[in-house]
Amino acid sequence: MPVSNRIKNQHLLWRAAFGPMAENAADLENISQKQLWKLLIKTSSKKPEKMVIASGLFDGMMKGVQDVVQLQKLTAEQKKAIRQQSRDGLKSLNQRWLQEMINSEAQLRERMSLFWHGHFACRVINIYFQQELLDIIRNNATGNFGELLRAVSKSSAMLQFLNNQQNRKQKPNENFAREVMELFTMGRGNYSEKDVKEAARAFTGWGFNLQGEFVFRKNQHDDGSKTFLGETGNFEGDDIIDIILKQKNTAVFITKKMYRYFVNDNPNEEKVALLADRFFKSDYNLATLMEDIFISDWFYDDKNIGTKIKSPIDLLAGIRRLLPMELEDDNMQLLFQRALGQILFYPPNVAGWPGGKSWIDSSTLMLRLRIPQILTANEAININPKSDDDVMMGQMTEEKKAAQLKKGFGKMTGASVDWDAVSKVFAKQPREKLLPLISETVLQASSRSNNAMLDKYLNNDSRENYIKSAIVHLMSTPEYQLC
Amino acid sequence: MLIKRKEFLQIGSLATASVFLPKFLKAFEKPAMVPPGNKVVVVIQFSGGNDGLNTVIPVTNDIYYKSRPRLAITKEKALAITGDVGLNPALTSFRELFDDGNLAILNGVGYPNPDRSHFRSMDIWQTASNSNEYVNSGWIGRYLDAQCSGCDKPTQALEIDDILSLALKGENNNGLAFKDAAKLYRTSNEQYFRDLQKAHEPGEETADYLYKTMSGTLSSADYIFQKSKLHPTSEIYPATNLGKDLKTVASLILSDINTRVYYVSLGSFDTHVNQENQQKRLFTELSDAVKAFTTDLKKNNRFEDVLMMTFSEFGRRVTQNASGGTDHGTANNMFFIGGGLKEKGVLNAMPDLQNLNDGDLKHSVDFKEVYATVLNKWLGADDKMILGKTSNYLNFI
Repeated sequence: MPVSNRIKNQHLLWRAAFGPMAENAADLENISQKQLWKLLIKTSSKKPEKMVIASGLFDGMMKGVQDVVQLQKLTAEQKKAIRQQSRDGLKSLNQRWLQEMINSEAQLRERMSLFWHGHFACRVINIYFQQELLDIIRNNATGNFGELLRAVSKSSAMLQFLNNQQNRKQKPNENFAREVMELFTMGRGNYSEKDVKEAARAFTGWGFNLQGEFVFRKNQHDDGSKTFLGETGNFEGDDIIDIILKQKNTAVFITKKMYRYFVNDNPNEEKVALLADRFFKSDYNLATLMEDIFISDWFYDDKNIGTKIKSPIDLLAGIRRLLPMELEDDNMQLLFQRALGQILFYPPNVAGWPGGKSWIDSSTLMLRLRIPQILTANEAININPKSDDDVMMGQMTEEKKAAQLKKGFGKMTGASVDWDAVSKVFAKQPREKLLPLISETVLQASSRSNNAMLDKYLNNDSRENYIKSAIVHLMSTPEYQLC
Repeated sequence: MLIKRKEFLQIGSLATASVFLPKFLKAFEKPAMVPPGNKVVVVIQFSGGNDGLNTVIPVTNDIYYKSRPRLAITKEKALAITGDVGLNPALTSFRELFDDGNLAILNGVGYPNPDRSHFRSMDIWQTASNSNEYVNSGWIGRYLDAQCSGCDKPTQALEIDDILSLALKGENNNGLAFKDAAKLYRTSNEQYFRDLQKAHEPGEETADYLYKTMSGTLSSADYIFQKSKLHPTSEIYPATNLGKDLKTVASLILSDINTRVYYVSLGSFDTHVNQENQQKRLFTELSDAVKAFTTDLKKNNRFEDVLMMTFSEFGRRVTQNASGGTDHGTANNMFFIGGGLKEKGVLNAMPDLQNLNDGDLKHSVDFKEVYATVLNKWLGADDKMILGKTSNYLNFI
């Protein structure tokens, strides 16, 4: 069966945004992919509003303190309080950003930002640093990769995470230089160990002050001559980034990663090479690369539609876009993220979330299948994650755990869904066409559920109940995990 | 109006999954029966970084007492096992196990260039990677890959938890996590899921993968639930988390389930403040649960087939901090418990407190050697393939 125009538009919306939303799901029959793409570009063209959780110098001082000398002056209680404040801040930032992914009209920007959030994976429990890094990413998400790379490399979050504060002339620390090349730009095999050492020397002196601002500490910098990727000079950090950007391998590496993320887990080498070529020639213009992908014909090939496993964030945001809802307890979203293996601002390591099949095991799949029901029917959720110390969204002491158990932790209440808004999407459909249309709106996978089988589970009391039960059942399928 | 649960997912009959499974999913339905004598490993993870020096205590070492004026455990309070070594006073059952020749202690276990972040170091231990590598599969998961390529038996490695740890995730096979066999059965035994499965037409690879996982989960849930009921244990276990977890493990070990590896955790051992009470509480829970568990196994003549091992992502610093606790450190000790130990007691030298690295212990044994030993000598698996390297084997089993 040929892929319908609706499925194609939804394909673009799942990959370049966070899925169709109730408000405009009805209009996806007639608009063309090119028109939709133009809309996505247009709605993401404004500069993003900064998300501020920690503000002002005082917050910066307190939450930004990482300097050993400063830290030693603080009492254990103060340190604990600061870390707790930071964790709480990260929780708020997590919820704020997720809200943005669900409701913002700048869908393309937030989607690209989530991609970069996983690419420039950074795990520091410091709300101020993380807030600044996210702002850098959101401001450059659809702009120029070179500028994004430079700004991220100079962010306090990344310098801290990759130990460049400890990278000094007398005692170089190679971590930052190595990861910039291995994970952020060229990938393994395109530089030597010698290049890592020389780049690390060039990055000596790159650091940040107590306000979290980038500083170049000349007295810690090794100003001798370095040879990096065949070029020789008294290089500083910026020169290294310039040389890295001159490498075609960088364009290929980024293009391939984007292809995997936006198109298919198994990259088509020929397509990647063509895309990378244009990306390189455009001087790393991300808008060019995205357009090359999203308005190409092959992007809409069968093998690319409904064949990617949604990340936990994709899943949660996607449900909430089609089903507008008020959550009774916002913390439920954090619990889901944790149980499903993707907490914003807590990537597993600098390599980011591996994605694909690694999202799925018995526990995550069964929870995914139950989430629509948990959200819409107030079914109890009973998950008790083990304490994970530097991961926990708040310190989980034994006492707290016991107290929560007593209170009935895990029995979170669901959400109230605006079913009127949802029903409007299907308002004009005759009854016999209703289920096929709902199915086509909810699922992207070609192996779609059997409507005859499904029908016996649906609630026939009223049209609205029928629509409700159809959506919830369709969302509770393996197919719904795919986009 | 909300959709009522029973309208949504009708609770299915007690018919087994196999009735509804399409043919291509049925490979799973022949669990290899394992005869008694099946060697089993039970891993106990101490989450948070357990303080090894107050666990296995160097009771005649002056540096230990000087470094920890407030936290050190005196020779009198420690449970003596040799002239120079005592156990934490809360580990009473461990002393009994030692006396019976069923306990071994390996000191100084760690890895080069140790990482002091909980998460990262736990990843390194669970994936058995080097500290500069990022690996997306765990050592037990890769054991599953090696054991059953082409088949799907997530019951070969089970974690007693709501969330599956990285340790049990392989490249192609994953272990299965559950807290309670009956609950797992209830939540997966939905007629709707079985009908979905029946209606699924294989074709697209990723969708098939999801259906295969679902099918494996449903039939495993069935299988585990049936097995767990076969031999309800008569032993009384403490009503703690770990007590309940080990009771579940025991009921399965005593059945003929094909599980080879069980994984449980206890925590949090992240004792920056108020260490004494926290560690005491956790060790009491540990000691009581392990006592019930080992007694149960002995009564049922399975103790020879079971190896328990404990680990933590790191030890703690030698010197106490100013808040009655200790901060993140490096190398640590591991316990091995079982009726089939070849070497018993303290296996190697206590940590050298004179020769430190920035105030932290240097490791003398790489933890990957422990894994290699357990995989090769206990589970009869190809450790080289699973760990991607040749390791020295230890002699305790």
